[in-house]
Amino acid sequence: MAIKDYIRQRYFPQMWCPGCGHGTILNALLRAVDELGLDKNSIVMTSGIGCSARISGYVDFHSLHTLHGRALAFATGVKLSKPELKLLVPMGDGDALAIGGNHFIHAARRNIDITAIIMNNRIYGMTGGQYSPLSGPGKKASTAPYTTIDNQFDVVNLSIAAGASFVARSTTYHVLECVDILKRAIQHKGFSVVEILSQCPTHYGRKNKEGDAVQMLEFQKKTTAKLGSKALENDPTLIPRGVFVDIDAPEYCEEYDKIMKRAMKETLQKEPLKNFGNQANQTCDMA
Amino acid sequence: MARLKLKEHLINRDWCKGCNICVHFCPKHVLELDSEEKVVAVRPEDCICCRLCELRCPDLAIEVITEQSDHDATSTSEDAVNTSEQDD
Amino acid sequence: MTDNIKTDENVIKTNNIKFVQGNEACVEGALYAGINFFAGYPITPSTEIAELLSKRLPEKGGKFIQMEDEIASMCAIIGASLTGHKVMTATSGPGFSLKQEALGYACMAEIPCVVVDVQRGGPSTGNPTHVSQGDIYQARWGTHGDHAIIALTASNHQDVFEITVDAFNLAETYRTPVILLFDEVIGHMREKLVIPEQGKLPIVDRLRTSVKKGVDYHPYLPREDGRLPMSDFGGEHRYNVTGLFHDMWGFPSNNPKVVRELLHHLIDKIDNNAHAITRYKEHYLEGAEYVLISYGSSARSAIHLAKNRRERGEKVGVLELQSIWPFPEALVREKCANAKAVIVVEMNMGQVMKEVKACVDNPSKVFLANRIDNKLITPTNIKTLLRMIQGRGV
Repeated sequence: MAIKDYIRQRYFPQMWCPGCGHGTILNALLRAVDELGLDKNSIVMTSGIGCSARISGYVDFHSLHTLHGRALAFATGVKLSKPELKLLVPMGDGDALAIGGNHFIHAARRNIDITAIIMNNRIYGMTGGQYSPLSGPGKKASTAPYTTIDNQFDVVNLSIAAGASFVARSTTYHVLECVDILKRAIQHKGFSVVEILSQCPTHYGRKNKEGDAVQMLEFQKKTTAKLGSKALENDPTLIPRGVFVDIDAPEYCEEYDKIMKRAMKETLQKEPLKNFGNQANQTCDMA
Repeated sequence: MARLKLKEHLINRDWCKGCNICVHFCPKHVLELDSEEKVVAVRPEDCICCRLCELRCPDLAIEVITEQSDHDATSTSEDAVNTSEQDD
Repeated sequence: MTDNIKTDENVIKTNNIKFVQGNEACVEGALYAGINFFAGYPITPSTEIAELLSKRLPEKGGKFIQMEDEIASMCAIIGASLTGHKVMTATSGPGFSLKQEALGYACMAEIPCVVVDVQRGGPSTGNPTHVSQGDIYQARWGTHGDHAIIALTASNHQDVFEITVDAFNLAETYRTPVILLFDEVIGHMREKLVIPEQGKLPIVDRLRTSVKKGVDYHPYLPREDGRLPMSDFGGEHRYNVTGLFHDMWGFPSNNPKVVRELLHHLIDKIDNNAHAITRYKEHYLEGAEYVLISYGSSARSAIHLAKNRRERGEKVGVLELQSIWPFPEALVREKCANAKAVIVVEMNMGQVMKEVKACVDNPSKVFLANRIDNKLITPTNIKTLLRMIQGRGV
């Protein structure tokens, strides 16, 4: 299918600023879904609040635009209640790791089959450029006029420590790599985290004199390097990109299935006559 | 592998915000912004159909239509990998 | 059940009789109503609800999850409701505070769900193991912004069971969160519960859209009767759900007309049906000169006192509220019209009393009999006030 078949065209042009990397992430994600040949009815995209979160309104999947930081908690309810669905959860850096930090580490700990995409532009864009837990020290923001003193999280290390079974990083400059990593993350059974370095030319770029979108993409190209590359070996200060973890680990919904089987078996032994049929009747309106 | 041949650059002027990403990173300098800050293909004959403009466009405003794939746009990023100048 | 098996209504099957805590009665009610997803977090005095459902739900193919906090529990049940399941969470004061943002989301996005608040002393950590009824206003206005809400309560375990079934029914009927306001005494006290046969109590299942695949489905376009047929996530209709003001497709909108109409819809669908939502019981109310208005565990003391006074020829009766929100104004006004005095019996500083004063013809005849010291209000406590009002000395 064409990429336009995966979006709700009536809401375009999208609302992000010119040159915002979030649009590129949307672009890459749609291509990943297309190349995997996924059924649109099988995908639920859950997002939180912020610039990043608006992504869910534009996709022609089931979409759940929720509360700041809570996307993964909502997604956990969707996934566990209907495990056959694919859950894509794009989040901003503040959304995922400040207000949503607890949900993030616990979703990773459970290894529930959800793909978390951290759209990391290192700033709160929608509220006007305040520093985030991924800004890092020495950065300017509208709440850090004298520069930040907060250290940033390393999303990759945090995700690994919390128990995610697939962890990767890419950038909006490296779009082909991005599509490839997203495909692997979506196919992965378990909690997958993809951090995508994105650019906010309007706030982060302007305040930190990093130039326009083009210059910020050039910066991503210069300051990152592929895992195992010569460039990274020669200069360890570069930010590594690629897949850091990809392991098989027990997935939460599958483990719960086993619990259900055990519970049903034990009860059947105790009360053999009890009927375990599905009680829910579906009703239809006549509208 | 058959070489892709350009048919046209399908540009949605209503969606393009003139961010210049496609123009700057086009390996063959095919694209430019016009006076309304919308992208136009000024040197389509130089296009190598790497699709990096299409892939990077945050606004989903540009599509590279090729002879083989035509409108079904089934080409994959693998097609582009072989011709791209993407760095590590 | 097959037709050839005759069941004598008068013969109570003993395996349907249980000696349970109120929290367990709530669980039985939820199971009867068809719950198949529960997310929770441990908190006294509601924890038994989570414990029991962690055992019972997987037995019937349902799902239980203990989330990382109260916020996440509320969010998870909303997510599970969207896939077409009947959902519930349970908590107490501090956890109820944490749930408020997501509760507002469920109001705005019109997601059926049931939230149990087994009330304990507050504010803050308060008194986890003691009784209070201090969350009446939190249930009404805990989440921000204009909205309508349904909150139900009960004073004995049979009623806890039935009102829990009712809560699920109302949640589905009005596509809204429904709050069950129990209290520590109700939650932990043990008494008899008779579980009715399936089919005895009405069960409302989800109203699903009949719009066919490929036809534009408007998830947020109310029918003439105000109801919105749903489509499950994973089904043929892909739509947007948001906590922002939204158009009929569920897409965010700040169009003034859209905003105004949506807010009216959210409030009208409940307030205009207040008569249909109102649940109450009368005890010795016929010709009562002194009307006691109460609910939850405090109603037990009020009923005890009324019975006791009636036996001595005093015209004291009880109006027991089983729905607190929307506040049953018409009912209260009618039942109090001929009363010499109205005594609101509750375990807070007069939260329901304020509502009663606001709707009766003569607010100066409304009095408060309350206890706020961790202890269940006693019939004697109420009698003391009654005597003072009657001018008969204590």
